[in-house]
Amino acid sequence: MSEQNKQVHEAADGDRRDFLKVGVGLAGVALAPGVLFYGISAHGKAPDAPASTAVRWGMLIDTGKCADGCNSCTTACATENGLSGQTGPQDSQWIRKMHIKNLQTGAEHNLPMLCQHCENPPCVDVCPTGASMKRADGIVLVDRHICIGCRYCMMACPYKARSFVHEPLTDQNPEVPRGQGCVESCTFCVQRVDRDETPACVEACSKDGHMAMMFGDLKDPNSDIARAMQSYATTEVRADLGLNTGVRYQGI
Amino acid sequence: MAENVCMNRSCAKSSEFWTLLVMGGVVLLGTLAAFFYIEHHGHIVTGMDNQVVWGLPHVFAIFLIVAASGVLNVASIGSVFGKKMYKARAPLSGMLAIAMLAGGLGGVVLDLGRPDRLIVAMTHYNFKSIFAVNVLFYNGFFAIVGLYLITLMSKNLKQYSKPVGLLAFLWRLALTTATGSIFGFLVARAGYNSALYAPMFIIYSFAYGLAAFIVVQSVMYKWNNIEVDERILCRLKNLLAIFVGAGLYFTAVLHLTNIYFAKQWDFERFLLLEGGIYPLLFWGGQVLLGGVLPLLMIFSPGARKSPPRVFLAALLVLIGGHAQMYVTIIGGQAFPLNLFPGYAQSSSFFDGVVHAYTPSLWEMLLGVGGIAIAFLITVIAVRVLKFMPEDDFKDIDLDACKN
Repeated sequence: MSEQNKQVHEAADGDRRDFLKVGVGLAGVALAPGVLFYGISAHGKAPDAPASTAVRWGMLIDTGKCADGCNSCTTACATENGLSGQTGPQDSQWIRKMHIKNLQTGAEHNLPMLCQHCENPPCVDVCPTGASMKRADGIVLVDRHICIGCRYCMMACPYKARSFVHEPLTDQNPEVPRGQGCVESCTFCVQRVDRDETPACVEACSKDGHMAMMFGDLKDPNSDIARAMQSYATTEVRADLGLNTGVRYQGI
Repeated sequence: MAENVCMNRSCAKSSEFWTLLVMGGVVLLGTLAAFFYIEHHGHIVTGMDNQVVWGLPHVFAIFLIVAASGVLNVASIGSVFGKKMYKARAPLSGMLAIAMLAGGLGGVVLDLGRPDRLIVAMTHYNFKSIFAVNVLFYNGFFAIVGLYLITLMSKNLKQYSKPVGLLAFLWRLALTTATGSIFGFLVARAGYNSALYAPMFIIYSFAYGLAAFIVVQSVMYKWNNIEVDERILCRLKNLLAIFVGAGLYFTAVLHLTNIYFAKQWDFERFLLLEGGIYPLLFWGGQVLLGGVLPLLMIFSPGARKSPPRVFLAALLVLIGGHAQMYVTIIGGQAFPLNLFPGYAQSSSFFDGVVHAYTPSLWEMLLGVGGIAIAFLITVIAVRVLKFMPEDDFKDIDLDACKN
């Protein structure tokens, strides 16, 4: 190869290298947000990926900030999940406001009560078909396809957190399928959580400025909820049952 | 003797058989109408709600399931423990066990929110659930008792009746243990959550099953104008007394234990004193009608010679048994869950208040459907096969029963 040709080839190789460098750089710039988004989406979970045991979703409720007479959380829950919002004995209530008063001291508290998303849920234990189940990330759900409507889970739940659909349903939220004759309860708004959003009740409470409800990953030591639970004394309702609830209360 | 006492085609009047069939059929039709009505409109047409989730259908159904395992005891005493008087009654006992279990399960299934998914219950099992375990026990019960009946009634297979009878006896003990545990495993409710439920339900099943057997046998004897021998009556009534007494004992232990625990005081006060219908049914139904009164009748002078008195005592045990199931199942749910001990609680979801329950006509019809199923199976079975007990009196010890 002549010296001239060699120089031409070297020049061409240099161009190719530059082109590849620029190309890879551009591709990196184009893909990086996606990769980054994929990486951090839903606290480490891609939208189509299965729930992971690396996460445990939980909720911390500060009863001191839960306002008397405020029903933002229950209203938001009904809207998000397509519930009627009625409060008759046969109506579904996935979350309810409780008022409690200490019989000795007279101290009063308001708090929302919902499925406590137990680590050892009695509803899952007793369900004959396995319709009551716990996701890997700790969210307790009912598989509407195999629930036979025996209501044994309602007998077993210590928190009275479950409702039975007593009548035909209309105008359902497509994201939250419900079914007559099936049992249902709070899902932590799993459809929102999987989109990296917080449950509707938590969002509504924050929007109204109460900030009484906090949602997050209990297994992530840097999450707000984990930090708060490290800093303050929190209570597990019916701790005597050893269920290790995902919902904790502060101030009672 | 067999020629005189059979109810089957060769000697019983057809018109009477058809009358019984129509009676049972009409009730079952009412049940099916209620079932489809509830299926269409949802459980909103019943008195059950999110507080009292199990209602009258479960009272009847669980009673039948418990009594079904108990009624098999008559056969078990014959086959397993070799008592000839009971052996003569083993086929009737086995048939009644199958009929009552079918009735009980029918009641449970018809009340499901999604009865169309029965196949799901048969194909998806969560083995940690005592309910799922019960499904296996119930299916196994049908198979084993069916086989047992074949060995009892077949001329060539009689030698197998003892081992198969033993298996049926052990299986029924396990089944009733599992049925009682449906309540025993409910950790959070004040009315349940006790290991005592398993043996207590076994004792209840002994009493209810034997009472059901005595009632059916009495009707069959009466139907054929046969007087039951007093030695047989004496033994059956005394055995019933033992079971009724044992049932009262277990009931007393359960409540006395609860009364000892301060955390259970409110519940016991509710159930035994202040809960309205529940103390009434407990003391008046379960204890008095279903316990004390039958015992007094059984041990009253001349009871061994009075089939009507023993029949009535057995009938009272059955009525008391339904009262017990109502108190156990509905009373246990009517008392509110205590989420925050030491606090007064209220909410839009009826926290902290005693839950009302008024059954609607529809669930009453569902409830009696189980009895109709058991009744129809019994009537047809008695018609087509020989289930009438045939005693060989030379085998019965004349002095064995004096009271």
